[in-house]
Amino acid sequence: MKVAIIKYNAGNVQSVQYALQRIGVSSVVTDDAETIQKADKIIFPGVGHAGPAMQYLHQNGLVKIIVDLKQPVLGICLGMQLMCTHSAEGDTSCLGIFDSEIRLFESPVCKVPQVGWNNMYDLKSVLFTGLIEGDFVYTVNSYYAALSKDTVAKTDYIFPYSAALQKNNFYGVQFHPEKSGITGETILKNFIQNI
Amino acid sequence: MLTKRIIPCLDIKDGRTVKGINFESIRDAGDPVELAMLYSQQGADELVFLDITATVEKRKTLVELVKRIAANINIPFTVGGGISSVDDVTVLLQNGADKISVNTAAYKNPELIKDLANVFGSQCVVLAIDTKKEADGEWYVYLHGGRTKTATKTTDWAKQAVDAGAGEILLTSMNNDGTKNGFALDITAALSGSLRVPVIASGGAGTCAHFKEVFETAHADAALAASIFHYKEIEIPALKQYLFQQKIPVRL
Repeated sequence: MKVAIIKYNAGNVQSVQYALQRIGVSSVVTDDAETIQKADKIIFPGVGHAGPAMQYLHQNGLVKIIVDLKQPVLGICLGMQLMCTHSAEGDTSCLGIFDSEIRLFESPVCKVPQVGWNNMYDLKSVLFTGLIEGDFVYTVNSYYAALSKDTVAKTDYIFPYSAALQKNNFYGVQFHPEKSGITGETILKNFIQNI
Repeated sequence: MLTKRIIPCLDIKDGRTVKGINFESIRDAGDPVELAMLYSQQGADELVFLDITATVEKRKTLVELVKRIAANINIPFTVGGGISSVDDVTVLLQNGADKISVNTAAYKNPELIKDLANVFGSQCVVLAIDTKKEADGEWYVYLHGGRTKTATKTTDWAKQAVDAGAGEILLTSMNNDGTKNGFALDITAALSGSLRVPVIASGGAGTCAHFKEVFETAHADAALAASIFHYKEIEIPALKQYLFQQKIPVRL
């Protein structure tokens, strides 16, 4: 099993790699098109700003490479957001894989960014095999993916939003499975072993 | 529902966990990696590591420690102590830290917060403030681990730092730290009520009821403690059960 973690200027890739190590999976961190295309599974991580991240993907010729992938791809946090159509963060055009828009949380009462452990419900993906409705995951986000037909898990913060998206071979989670305790490990295992 | 976070803090000196009272008289409290793994298994929501001897020659030791911790725990962790540049942060994040906290260096050079937020995102930048209530009833910012007083009010500095890009505030009351008499509710409430970013209350935890109080009365988003966890005076699972029964949202 070859697992590639896509390297780009906004990724916090080290913790993803450590999380895979803990479930016995080795991975390579790479921005090399051929290595990405030849991997069995691909993780598209991310912490940072949508604008510079998309710019980096364009400059390194990775946009078409990612969109055309046929093997399972898991986007995490910003990675998931970049797989949507458009992000309000820097008014950025994204990869357009998921039919969902990224918007800014705005509320007079709730803190932004949302930081901490929140629960997921309406779980509808093989990613969540073995989990139960209401399980907690660790999330840090100021922007969120609106609910759409690709939504496969929801979380409430101010209102319900997409905790996870899925379309064909593409999967995306807003939270950080690599930092979400046993629940997160289960999700990563499901992605590696059951898809 | 977003839950309130319980955060054990490990003060690190020469690779060991230590704990002082009112920022002084330091005692040894064990191996940081072992404690980190224990807390992570017990349901801690996050960990904070503060290197209190962060001299240049010791930084390599800290990076090695960050690496060992990151490889072993599956919850987020913040590293602070002696961070004063984008390069310092790059090294820590590359070795597995999720967030960093800045204190004195950010006060002396507020541009640092802007730079860090621009490069790594606000979610990565925690501003730690050590604060003390003076005879005039006002809370002031202290630097250098509480050794240097400033004339700046804590509410002013916190607001300025959030405007510059700090994504969270870690507020430690020097009056309360190590006393086990409860958190500083007034200043915690003042910051939590006026800032748009989460506030982590620190200093003074002695009982489970103190946590309830700081969440309910002072609206803290997270509460941090050290010695009561290290010396097992309060265990995290029991604390979370208590808070759950008291209808405070927590992750069980």
